Amino acid sequence: VTEKRVLDLSGLPLHAMGSASPTWWGTLGFMLLEGSGFALVIAIYLYLGSLAREWPPAPPPDLLPGTLVTLVLLASLVPNFFIARWAERLDLPKVRVAIVAMSILGIIPLVIRVFEFPAMHVSWDSNAYGSVVWTLLGLHTTHLITDLGDTAVLAVLMFTRHGQNKRRFGDVQDNALYWNFVVLTWLPIYFCIYFLPRL
Amino acid sequence: MKPGEVPPDIRDTEVPPGFLQAQLETIWRTPRGLLGALATVDHKIIGRRYIVTAFVFLALGGVLALLMRLQLSRPENRLIGPDLYNQIFTMHGANMMFLFAVPVMEAVAVYLVPLIIGTRNIAFPRLNAFSYWIYLAGGILLWTSFALDMAPDVGWFAYVPLSGPQYGSGKRADIWAQMITFTEVSALAVAVEIVVTVLKQRAPGMSLDRIPLFVWSMLVTAFLIILAMPAIMVASTALILDRLVGTHFFNPAEGGDVLLWQHLFWFFGHPEVYIIFLPAVGMVSTIVISFSRQPVFGYLALVLALITTGVLAFGLWVHHMFATGLPRLGESFFTASSMSIAIPAGIQIFCWLATLWLGRPVYRTPLLFVLAFFFTFIIGGLSGVMVASVPLDTQVHDTYFVVAHFHYVLIGGAVFPLLGAIYYWYPKIVGRMMSERLGRWVAFLVFVGFNLTFFPMHILGLQGMTRRIFTYQVEMGWGGLNLFVSLSALILASGFALFFFDAIRSARHGPVAAENPWGAPTLEWATTSPPPSYNFACIPVVASGYPLWDQPEAPMVATGLRLDRRELVITSVADARPEARESSPANSIWPLWTALATTLMLISSIFTPWAVVWGAVPIAVALIGWFWPKGTPEDEA
Repeated sequence: VTEKRVLDLSGLPLHAMGSASPTWWGTLGFMLLEGSGFALVIAIYLYLGSLAREWPPAPPPDLLPGTLVTLVLLASLVPNFFIARWAERLDLPKVRVAIVAMSILGIIPLVIRVFEFPAMHVSWDSNAYGSVVWTLLGLHTTHLITDLGDTAVLAVLMFTRHGQNKRRFGDVQDNALYWNFVVLTWLPIYFCIYFLPRL
Repeated sequence: MKPGEVPPDIRDTEVPPGFLQAQLETIWRTPRGLLGALATVDHKIIGRRYIVTAFVFLALGGVLALLMRLQLSRPENRLIGPDLYNQIFTMHGANMMFLFAVPVMEAVAVYLVPLIIGTRNIAFPRLNAFSYWIYLAGGILLWTSFALDMAPDVGWFAYVPLSGPQYGSGKRADIWAQMITFTEVSALAVAVEIVVTVLKQRAPGMSLDRIPLFVWSMLVTAFLIILAMPAIMVASTALILDRLVGTHFFNPAEGGDVLLWQHLFWFFGHPEVYIIFLPAVGMVSTIVISFSRQPVFGYLALVLALITTGVLAFGLWVHHMFATGLPRLGESFFTASSMSIAIPAGIQIFCWLATLWLGRPVYRTPLLFVLAFFFTFIIGGLSGVMVASVPLDTQVHDTYFVVAHFHYVLIGGAVFPLLGAIYYWYPKIVGRMMSERLGRWVAFLVFVGFNLTFFPMHILGLQGMTRRIFTYQVEMGWGGLNLFVSLSALILASGFALFFFDAIRSARHGPVAAENPWGAPTLEWATTSPPPSYNFACIPVVASGYPLWDQPEAPMVATGLRLDRRELVITSVADARPEARESSPANSIWPLWTALATTLMLISSIFTPWAVVWGAVPIAVALIGWFWPKGTPEDEA
């Protein structure tokens, strides 16, 4: 069989960036499945709340630690926006500074989160309300921890000889995309945990 | 210049023809030996492993089914006691659903989707390797627990409170819950790979309306997995938390709810049926097209039917809970939505019949399985419409009528097409044909054996025989039919035994297969049987949905790819315009280490919750090893 050569691809870039890249779509896929998980735990909260005679069966959670976490997370969106833009422009020095900043901004909410669990005024094993609230917080905290780990490893990488590489900048962009997801999914959880009991 | 020493600036157009294949082989091959086998990321090798493993689990689950039939063959049989019987039916269901049905469909996709869409490897090939190891570990966990007499005994859907801390003593239900984690992690990983492979790696020119129907069915299935499987992950996690650290999700005394379990389980469990059925639908379309020698009738209708089924799948779960006394209005809604699924199912059946009608069908073994599918699946669909109505469902709930119904839709609807698909794609995967003569016997024995085994169960159910009972009294009058069912099961089992015999024998002694033994139209038949490690020497270009029929003389290809790294083409989502030449990751042992570390953590967490904390450390180390750049041409842009 003789082939017909109809298309020459030698001019194409060696690496797909942004929404052309498979990793971008893979990240989106994982966001979709983890987002479904978050939505389901919120659904459990609402379902159990709709059955309960009294909800919450404990004093409403203290607003301070959770609100602080929310503010820090929202503030982190600004450097996160810039790190994605600088990565797109392959600007290594700026990306290096920003990724260190993002690593630190990943630690702060975790420190405050330590105070958020006792602010629930309920333990995971006292009743179903406690179970679902702790699970919501725990699930989101897991995402904070894994993304911090991801960011920290990437930060180290950017200071090695592997940093100056389009592929690494693509990783930085995808990491920034995922951080947006971690921040944005917190908002409905924050509303659910702190404001539904006050309605 | 020798193969393996090609500088980065040399393209595939600048080398002599034979050299191109030799060079591609040096880059893409899986080295011989144990390390090569453990580190490979070739989707064909992993897909083959997945398929073989899933069929081993099918055989094991089949043995359990025969044990149950042996026990039920006469009244008051004392062969198997109630405790072991509980483990056996739980193992049978959990094994068939989580270790066979879903994995085997994804496995076929892992092998075939990259070939059908004309690319060189699946997206995220290392994740693919990881998913196989984690699936294998989950299967070993479940079957080891059975060997140790500590297998789950709470039914494949593990209803609370039976599976909760109060009644589910020992570690049995925990093993069920963690087996879920293993299999769902693996299924979700493959689902993401399939979505990205289909959306971004299609051959140039394969716009959305030229995607072969099997690939469409796997794309819709992958989205179903992504949206449905988190529900069972959340459910099994909540269950294991209730059991191990004292949460109260399912404990009514502390504000929990037992029906919450059923909602979560069936929000996954009903789409699960379509996760198994839709790939089979894609297989049926493929076989019908190839053997009627004619483009499919109603391509758009078939694609829309797949998507409609996928969407409706999420609005049906409550029909598994009609017997729990939910509000009337809710029951009516779910009756209506359950019946509406018959519409896309009917559209597909009529499109296939029209295709066969308009073509000149060639009745080879794969098509025989499709005909068996039509007959059996339609019966299962009709009993489905029956149990969708609340009064009838309340009557037959938890009886053998339901057992008959779901075996008709699962075996008739999914396993028959799967067996046809194996006969169809076996020459591509193995390079040899299976026996046509034995194949006809397999189709006959499986079809007749199946119907003789499962049709009488409808009657047993209507006579009041409940599922999951380990024996029954003589006075019930079920003895005769049960003996008939058990004897018929032997016919069915002999059909499967013959299938396994044929598959194993043909691997060595079958006639050598040509590139395209069936004269099929899609790209997987445009390369050798079995395909080389790089799938295609040049990436194909397509201009229709049936490229091998429309350009039989000179297939169109794209050129200009590098030869010093694993390279494939990234195309746009809708119209498959080339966007980039992307590298595809090389072989790596790290997915195996990550899977082992994950296994250690998940199994230890059954015994101590702290395992989640210390177990995370080896996982993190393995993941860093996985992602750390190794300085290969694939890592450098």
